[in-house]
Amino acid sequence: MAATASTSSRSLWQRQRWLILRRCSQALILLAFLSGPWFGVWIAKGNLSSSLTLGVLPLTDPLLVLQTLATGHLPYSSALIGAAIVLAFYLLIGGRVFCSWVCPVNVVTDAAAWTRRRLGIKTGRVPDANTRLWLLAGLLLAAALTGSLAWEWLNPVSLLHRGLIFGMGGGLMVIAGIFIYDVFVASRGWCGHLCPMGAFYGLLGRKALLRVAAPARKACDDCMDCFTVCPEPQVIRPALKAVGQTHPLILAADCTTCGRCIDVCDKQVFKMTHRFDQRSE
Amino acid sequence: MGSLRLPDTVMDTPRPLRQPAAVPPPVSAARRRFINSIAAAAGGGCLLALGAGLYSRSASALPAQALRPPGALPEADFLAACVRCGLCVRDCPYDTLKLSDLGDPVPTGTPYFRARQIPCEMCEDIPCVKACPTGALDRQLTDINQARMGLAALVDHESCLNFLGLRCDVCYRVCPVIDKAITLEPQHNPRSDRHAMLLPTVHSDACTGCGKCEKSCVLPEAAIKVFPRQLAQGALPAHYRKGWEEKARHGGSLIGEQVEMPVRGFDGSTAGRAPTELPTAPSAPVAPEAAPAMPPKATLPVRPAPRGGLDSHWKP
Ligand code: SF4
Ligand code: SF4
Ligand code: SF4
Ligand code: SF4
Repeated sequence: MAATASTSSRSLWQRQRWLILRRCSQALILLAFLSGPWFGVWIAKGNLSSSLTLGVLPLTDPLLVLQTLATGHLPYSSALIGAAIVLAFYLLIGGRVFCSWVCPVNVVTDAAAWTRRRLGIKTGRVPDANTRLWLLAGLLLAAALTGSLAWEWLNPVSLLHRGLIFGMGGGLMVIAGIFIYDVFVASRGWCGHLCPMGAFYGLLGRKALLRVAAPARKACDDCMDCFTVCPEPQVIRPALKAVGQTHPLILAADCTTCGRCIDVCDKQVFKMTHRFDQRSE
Repeated sequence: MGSLRLPDTVMDTPRPLRQPAAVPPPVSAARRRFINSIAAAAGGGCLLALGAGLYSRSASALPAQALRPPGALPEADFLAACVRCGLCVRDCPYDTLKLSDLGDPVPTGTPYFRARQIPCEMCEDIPCVKACPTGALDRQLTDINQARMGLAALVDHESCLNFLGLRCDVCYRVCPVIDKAITLEPQHNPRSDRHAMLLPTVHSDACTGCGKCEKSCVLPEAAIKVFPRQLAQGALPAHYRKGWEEKARHGGSLIGEQVEMPVRGFDGSTAGRAPTELPTAPSAPVAPEAAPAMPPKATLPVRPAPRGGLDSHWKP
């Protein structure tokens, strides 16, 4: 695989635009939570599990509320309203937008994937991609059976986000574990195959609006850069090679809408659009 | 659904490269592989999640010195309700509350405090409870004096300065529910034999478990400590009744007037002393046989009357 667009004629901004925007989004969300403890300017309180922004906007992780309901506890309306708002957003905009634009673990697993490419590691054992769906079912079952939010004991997503905001020690081990697993054992192992939170948001986003498409697919010269860099490479082929579909939209729920394919493609095949934009050049 | 995809075993290389012209594997083999991988995924996924569940069960007892915020549901319900958002932590003006980290003895991410570090200041408006979006902290708690975060216990009778006969009283004085949750109970001091000991005594019906007593105990290691209630409190069998409480409640004895039996051996000033010690008037020995002759309604002195001096001869 060619080193990503090193010989490109495009500017750095053109080659990294979506990556930079995503990192900004992830950083700004974190900063909204940290400006309070750091500078005394309170924008958002709490963490991704549940938060209150500017003292008025409640946001709650719908998967957590689902688990709470599975335990038999009915949360207060502020948590329910918060979950409804989040749910509506991801249903409408894009489920795994959470993964690439919000989730802090994404930075870790992207770094792991980059490291893996750099080290040229091709081997490993990848679990079935459906494992995440089973894990999702399993954690709901565990909540119902144990009557507690069992998954929250080691959920890396909340562990990392909470840790970044409230301080952490032991949680770092889990994150380091995921990095090592992704580099040496399974390519995109965590986010692409195991994370039940990603699976949940994937299910949410099946009819969501924001989509990546490959309208200029005729220009594709099969350099494979997009496949290399995509966290869910199997989603590209139907759109790019018109396999099983005629339109150039990537509609697979697994697509995280990270836009990395748009960045790396020298032929500018891809673009960010909405799910009704069926045009191709 | 994304789940309908065939299992990807090699992610870095696009699949087409691996399935060129050659004979495709027989359907049954592909099918078996598919079913196998589904089974592995299902088994692995459920095992992992249930393992987490079991682990959380086994470790869900709070350690002795970790206290939940005011209004917290009973521990099992709390672990179902609390989403570990830390909003209570953020709204606590005294930095009392902390979120636990993985590896702490407190369930990951849940709020707790340690009395000896920063106790709860018992805010009147209880901002932590107001902040909780899930009801893990129950908003029915509107009077902070009704909070039951734990229960104080004077655990070390050997080091507490008041037990040594001094007048430290610090834990008593700092108590926000002073004279209800904690009182000083006078006791005779057998060591000096002429002083009182004022023993700090906690009352479970009023103690909120805020931890101010433990925080302010002057000793290098507190003699009074606050524990989660189920640790600090015993329980009588459900059918036990305290006679004196029942009597007070009903305004009189429930079983009518009883014949009062004569009391032997405690009359006069000889109580608790061997006959050889009797200081005076051996001519009037109080022989055990003599006691029944006492009038049956004799009033008993609660304590032996002091005998014209400082030495009461009281012995524990
Ligand atoms: S798959 Fe999970 S860990 Fe990865 S980005 Fe999505 S939510 Fe975060
Ligand atoms: S009552 Fe006040 S001091 Fe006590 S935990 Fe709540 S916010 Fe903190
Ligand atoms: S505010 Fe409520 S849900 Fe959030 S951490 Fe505190 S107790 Fe848990
Ligand atoms: S503060 Fe400590 S030493 Fe002083 S009376 Fe209370 S328990 Fe005893």
